[in-house]
Amino acid sequence: MANISTLNTTAAGFDAVSSRLASGPSGRKPRRMLSTRNIVLYGTLTVAALYYLLPLYVMVVTSLKGMPEVRLGNIFSPPMEITFEPWVKAWAQACTGLNCDGLSRGFWNSVRILVPSVVVSIAVASVSGYALANWRFKGAELFFSILIIGAFIPYQVMIYPIVIVLRELGIYGTLTGLVIVHTIFGMPILTLLFRNYFASLPVELFKAARIDGAGFWQIYFRIMLPMSLPIFVVAMILQVTGIWNDFLFGVVFTRPDTYPMTVQLNNIVNSVQGVKEYNVNMAATLLTGAVPLIVYFLSGRLFVRGIAAGAVKG
Amino acid sequence: MAAHAPTGRPNQLFRNLNAKIASIPMMLVALVIFLGGTLWTVFYSFTNSRLLPRLNFVGLDQYERLWASSRWIISIQNLAIYGILSLIFSLVIGFLLAALMDQKIRFENAFRTIFLYPFALSFIVTGLVWQWVLNPEFGIQSVIRSLGWTSFAFDPLYDPDIVIYGILIAALWQGTGLVMCLMLAGLRGIDEDIWKAARVDGIPMWKTYLLIIIPMMRPVFITTLVIIASGIVKVYDLVVAQTSGGPGNASEVPAKYVYDYMFQAQNLGQGFAASTMMLLTVAIIVVPWAYLEFGGRKRG
Repeated sequence: MANISTLNTTAAGFDAVSSRLASGPSGRKPRRMLSTRNIVLYGTLTVAALYYLLPLYVMVVTSLKGMPEVRLGNIFSPPMEITFEPWVKAWAQACTGLNCDGLSRGFWNSVRILVPSVVVSIAVASVSGYALANWRFKGAELFFSILIIGAFIPYQVMIYPIVIVLRELGIYGTLTGLVIVHTIFGMPILTLLFRNYFASLPVELFKAARIDGAGFWQIYFRIMLPMSLPIFVVAMILQVTGIWNDFLFGVVFTRPDTYPMTVQLNNIVNSVQGVKEYNVNMAATLLTGAVPLIVYFLSGRLFVRGIAAGAVKG
Repeated sequence: MAAHAPTGRPNQLFRNLNAKIASIPMMLVALVIFLGGTLWTVFYSFTNSRLLPRLNFVGLDQYERLWASSRWIISIQNLAIYGILSLIFSLVIGFLLAALMDQKIRFENAFRTIFLYPFALSFIVTGLVWQWVLNPEFGIQSVIRSLGWTSFAFDPLYDPDIVIYGILIAALWQGTGLVMCLMLAGLRGIDEDIWKAARVDGIPMWKTYLLIIIPMMRPVFITTLVIIASGIVKVYDLVVAQTSGGPGNASEVPAKYVYDYMFQAQNLGQGFAASTMMLLTVAIIVVPWAYLEFGGRKRG
């Protein structure tokens, strides 16, 4: 009996094969490695990749050359003699105005700004997102809509009112003030991120916790927080790169001795006094770019997810 | 959540009290900063505030001064050139790269990492790198001249006529990776069967992209467009780092005008008027989109 069924399948298979043969080959042609298509495809991608890599390469190469070699010309040629002098100088000796203690000051200022800003903005936004997703109350959606529309308003429109508010509170120009500013402008996108994530969690969990008598904060800390670590990581990536790269708020809301790294970098490179030391400038630029680059290379796909969500921030 | 509200509570206000308390920062930001701050700035743009904001109304004087200022006109022109070109180029380049990446290629991750890394860098870093690469004495121009083409001239950062294109090159380098990523996500969202059907019908690949895939990706395109456009209006740090608005004021942009008048020239009224114009520009882009995107969905 088994034989008949085997036979049937075979026959069916044969039918299929013969009909396929009749209609010519189907499916993809086996690819050759060096087809015209592949050459064009990989060729274009490689050329594009070179364009994107070029500035990074130029930065690295320039920062490893001595000034005499830089003056000789070609920015693309690899250094004949590798020197780390420019890096040392950029970190510890480069001058902005009267201070000559290098970018290290800006680096530590940025760290001091970054850590509390990231923590506070994520804490505030995650709680807001949680309230919006699980504890709807009248009017909540309205505030949220204003928040999202606010993400599109140019910062320049809101900066001066914030200056006034901070001045009234007596924290204009302080670290606290800047942390508040970063929290404010991180809020739309982060709240959206957290709201959508919390809303996607199974609502039964929330209901079960409610029945067991858990309150607002208990559910947040005991259930939501432990379940949402990936989204917290995404938010962190978003905020670390965003806040580190910020320039406008740094310029407006800090004083010269607490300028973040980006502002100090710009002041060092674009200062009009003295001889331009391009190698030191490039070393300083690389140092400033290093933090977000490291975050980027370490986080991989999560970064893509973060910016896809955070692209609105512009 | 309304269903399990305990009955008999006398006051609506105390329902979900903790949630409301927790949302106070959000409400404050939405009302005081985003709504209040914006209205405040628009309101004060009709005054002649200088060093400090004062309620001395002068009607549309600030706007007349603004539009009579050559620096503002240059800023607007630059924004228009930069904006239109960067929209076109970043959409085209971003889509092309995404289409190439979607051909089931090898090393996709490596390519994506390379295309996207500039987006992790700040505009300051971007501006300073390209300032160096485009440096006429040492950069691309001198390298090509040293190869034998001695009359080659490509000096965007010191030529007022083309300086904005120098900024455009840097901006595209920084931002196209993101567009590529968004487009790639859009392409991946398209049903494989569409491709199969097109192949069965013998439609060439470029035609499939142009006539079927791109129309299907309309929502992705629109979202990307809005994202790029709202970024364009904000462009500030890049110009500050790359050219500081120079040579002369050939590469000024509106955001820089606002900052300079508010915090350096002590002419708040001008700054407010200019920033209100920026707001108007964004509104022209965002309002129709929001209407199509959200208003339409409710009805349909």
